[in-house]
Amino acid sequence: MNPSSPRAAWRTGALQALPIAAGYLPIAFTYGVLAQGAGLSTLNTLLMSLLVYAGASQFVAVGLLASGASPLSIVLSTLIVNLRHMLMSATLAPALKGWRWRQQGAFAFELTDETFAVHAMKVSTGALNPAESLALNLSAQAAWIAGTALGVLAGQVVGDLRALGLDFALPALFIALLALQIKGGRQFAVAIFSGGLAVALQRAGWGHWHVIGAALAGATLGSLLERWTKRRSP
Amino acid sequence: MDQTQITLTILGMAVVTFLPRLLPIKALSARSLPPVLAGWLKHMPIAVLAAMLVPTLLAPEGDLAVNLSNLYLWASIPAWLVARRTHSFVAAVLVGIAVVAIARRLL
Repeated sequence: MNPSSPRAAWRTGALQALPIAAGYLPIAFTYGVLAQGAGLSTLNTLLMSLLVYAGASQFVAVGLLASGASPLSIVLSTLIVNLRHMLMSATLAPALKGWRWRQQGAFAFELTDETFAVHAMKVSTGALNPAESLALNLSAQAAWIAGTALGVLAGQVVGDLRALGLDFALPALFIALLALQIKGGRQFAVAIFSGGLAVALQRAGWGHWHVIGAALAGATLGSLLERWTKRRSP
Repeated sequence: MDQTQITLTILGMAVVTFLPRLLPIKALSARSLPPVLAGWLKHMPIAVLAAMLVPTLLAPEGDLAVNLSNLYLWASIPAWLVARRTHSFVAAVLVGIAVVAIARRLL
């Protein structure tokens, strides 16, 4: 099969979504269970996974709905929780040059922490292929929706999901993608600094801003370090 | 809140989630970025990844657990090594999951 054929691109994308899917299934399952418990109809529970598709904010929204919060406060919380995606969208933008308008829209709609992480790793080795990238995104969201549906069907947390180790899928994904991208001391320093700062900011009560704050500071440190080393060895 | 209000709330959530994902792509994908911005964004993947990962690794249950009984820290080692050795993040994730599952069964 021609490696650049659409079918091959779709297969590659779906394969690369596998670790994301493994991590999404149990989380979306839990979301489905909690949403039902919070009084969302089956339709609304699924609708949120279909239209919002943002893990952390879906859990926040379910919690707020259960506590009787107003629609406005729920929408505002969602905005704050998901603002970090601006950084990810900006980072990937140059790799989406030349994509069709609709392809960019579809890509953005399914841009999550995890799909970003995989796309960013692939950008470091070349441009993004539309079919492959969209296949990856679609597969990931399919897993998210499937997990939600299973949670709705089960209605309660069944057995001990932790025995399967799937809760480690997404941390392992991030570890692996870091391992593949860290090539030298400067990048290692950026990772240690951002990671440590994120922990510190979270402990300091930054709420959902700790990722944005630590990422901005880490990228700044990275470009400063790069400029200093260039100046020292012209 | 009745189900119709919840549906409308979900639509509002969808809009404020989609726009931050979309607008930077629309604004930045068509032009060539100033070198300073491009150089800065180049470091963003590692910075974002680490910022999302490290809090989870050091506090899997919510409280800081920088100790030898933190399974996530132990399982990070094989995941890292497999990624480095095979250059496959899929393989690394599968190994990481397996290590956690086996450790939970044995410990």
